[in-house]
Amino acid sequence: MAKLLEVKGLRTQFATSEGTVKAVDDVTYDVDQGETVAIVGESGSGKSVGALSILRLIPDPPGKILAGEILFEGQDLLKLSADEIRHVRGRKISMVFQEPMTSLNPVLSIGLQLTETMMLHLGLSQEQADKRAVELLGMVGISEPQRRLKQYPHHLSGGMRQRVMIALALSCDPKLIIADEPTTALDVTIQAQILELMKNLTRELGVALIIITHNLGVVARYADRVNVMYAGKIVEEGTAQQIYHQPRHPYTIGLLNSVPRMDLPRGQKLIPIEGSPPDLTRLDDGCSYRPRCKWRIDRCDKEFPPLAQVNDTQFSACWRKDELDNVLQKMRQAS
Amino acid sequence: MSSSAAAVQHGNLNFLEVKHGETLIKVTDLKKYFPVTEGMVFQRVIANVKAVDGVSFEIKRGETLGLVGESGCGKTTTGRCILQLERATQGTIDFCGVDLTTLSEKELVPVRQRIQVIFQDPYSSLNPRMKVGDIIGEPMMVHRIIADSAGRDKRTRDLLNVCGLPRAFAERYPHEMSGGQRQRVGIARALALNPDFIICDEAVSALDVSIQAQVINLLEDLREEFHLTYLFIAHDLSVVRHLCNRVAVMYLGKMVELADSDELFDNPQHPYTKALLSAVPVPDPSVEAQRAHQVLQGEVPSPMNPPPGCVFHPRCPIAVDTCRKAIPPLVELTPGHWVACPEVG
Repeated sequence: MAKLLEVKGLRTQFATSEGTVKAVDDVTYDVDQGETVAIVGESGSGKSVGALSILRLIPDPPGKILAGEILFEGQDLLKLSADEIRHVRGRKISMVFQEPMTSLNPVLSIGLQLTETMMLHLGLSQEQADKRAVELLGMVGISEPQRRLKQYPHHLSGGMRQRVMIALALSCDPKLIIADEPTTALDVTIQAQILELMKNLTRELGVALIIITHNLGVVARYADRVNVMYAGKIVEEGTAQQIYHQPRHPYTIGLLNSVPRMDLPRGQKLIPIEGSPPDLTRLDDGCSYRPRCKWRIDRCDKEFPPLAQVNDTQFSACWRKDELDNVLQKMRQAS
Repeated sequence: MSSSAAAVQHGNLNFLEVKHGETLIKVTDLKKYFPVTEGMVFQRVIANVKAVDGVSFEIKRGETLGLVGESGCGKTTTGRCILQLERATQGTIDFCGVDLTTLSEKELVPVRQRIQVIFQDPYSSLNPRMKVGDIIGEPMMVHRIIADSAGRDKRTRDLLNVCGLPRAFAERYPHEMSGGQRQRVGIARALALNPDFIICDEAVSALDVSIQAQVINLLEDLREEFHLTYLFIAHDLSVVRHLCNRVAVMYLGKMVELADSDELFDNPQHPYTKALLSAVPVPDPSVEAQRAHQVLQGEVPSPMNPPPGCVFHPRCPIAVDTCRKAIPPLVELTPGHWVACPEVG
């Protein structure tokens, strides 16, 4: 079956006074129909810029998509005219942003924001759009949807606004939703509500989901496949099971060791990754993770390791990926 | 680091000597209401936001108490009341035998030396126009800990080193540093006055995962090295579980459960604590697949108009009629395990 989305060799850069920031550097991945793919990484790893590039939402200048193809249902989004891409945004691919406080227009009513999109993309009449808006709000668990249509974003709490955002994202029956840190600004119990809602709705409606997050727990609960990003590149790709149980990149291993876990006995010391992420304006030809890597070898200084196949579904960008299996086993035995 | 261990007299205040394992700070029935006013010229109070509503706990010397809850539950306000950055509406805060709520600003000066704070946001809590060395050195100057500037300078650089930063960073400005490095500066500043007690208000929440682990380890090492006592305010339960000896859970200005870390996380009693724990995802897909997820319905009500009776009853899966009327007291279910719910135990 054809892939829903194929990102090939994407490069997005920003011109700054400090130099060129290679925010996304040669990123390739795909998303199947109806599947949930997580993109994990820390701030500055390029996970958001990569997602914004798909819908060409990068402010230009200073940003620029330099190279790559973004094939959505076989069509290259980067080759579309400004008018054509508008028919994709919100219609076939929609977004849920992190900040429910700023991503809704404060001076327009909830109803207007919901119906505007549907009238534009689906050609519904006002009455039809109103009816569907009520249905959508009910679907995302908002009580008294009829009354909510007349309310404004400031009447709603953060969790409610994020529900409205999800209703908005679902309104035109998209094939793909890109959720950029959808629950980071929310409290834990509300986060659980929103994530369960997104999971259930995307499964029911068969919508594919790209979820961008820094929270490894969220990934474990909701993702089918995971891409781990570091300094603008995907360094490891695999199924959720593989990433968590047989990671093959030192950064992934480092990340997993850094988080305190609720399901393990207390009193174990965390093993952090030493140092801090690199300056994206000063990257050289070597592996960008090597200054923090415990397993670096001479080759890492000279060549960036390509994302290479480990097994059927797993890829890692590390020269020593095949040795890491033994290393991990020794670590497990030691603990 | 031992000046504070002895019974010290500061001005006319008599701090008791508190040994390891004895009560360092005791908060009793703390209330903080913020008035909501109406009218431009003739303002009148129309309501109160009950940010903290009758909270009691104590912290022993050398212990780390975690204070958890969602936004608006009053955990930060509790911390600010202890620091006397907010004056409590009611209640007492006993620190080494002195009730802080009765002290004037002037009398509080020696107290401020002994209670320090690490804030959440390493970007807004450091003055962008000051060099890192001056940021850390200023409290020592204000409190006249070290009179000569050369001595202060040396101690500043030593503190940077203790917090895992190069000594030369004293010459830098905050904008030249990353978030994790800034947070280390904030920690060094808190240590400058040899405090006994540090309030960490979401001190690691703004940091990336790999950096967060570094700062957590630093806080643990410092606790051991300088015999510190922490009040660790956070919303991330896995971090709290990792760092704290005891944990208090707050909801809408009230404390709903208080117990040893192991007890609270292995045997939670209050329905809110249970829901909170169930909402935290575990970074392991196999474990996640087997966990039961109890998703809490509804949202936190407004603290301006809290529900009558138990504040949690509108969202509670086991609420009964009496929950709507009577405010449940915090009772000791088993030794050291306090719960404010009559329906459990």
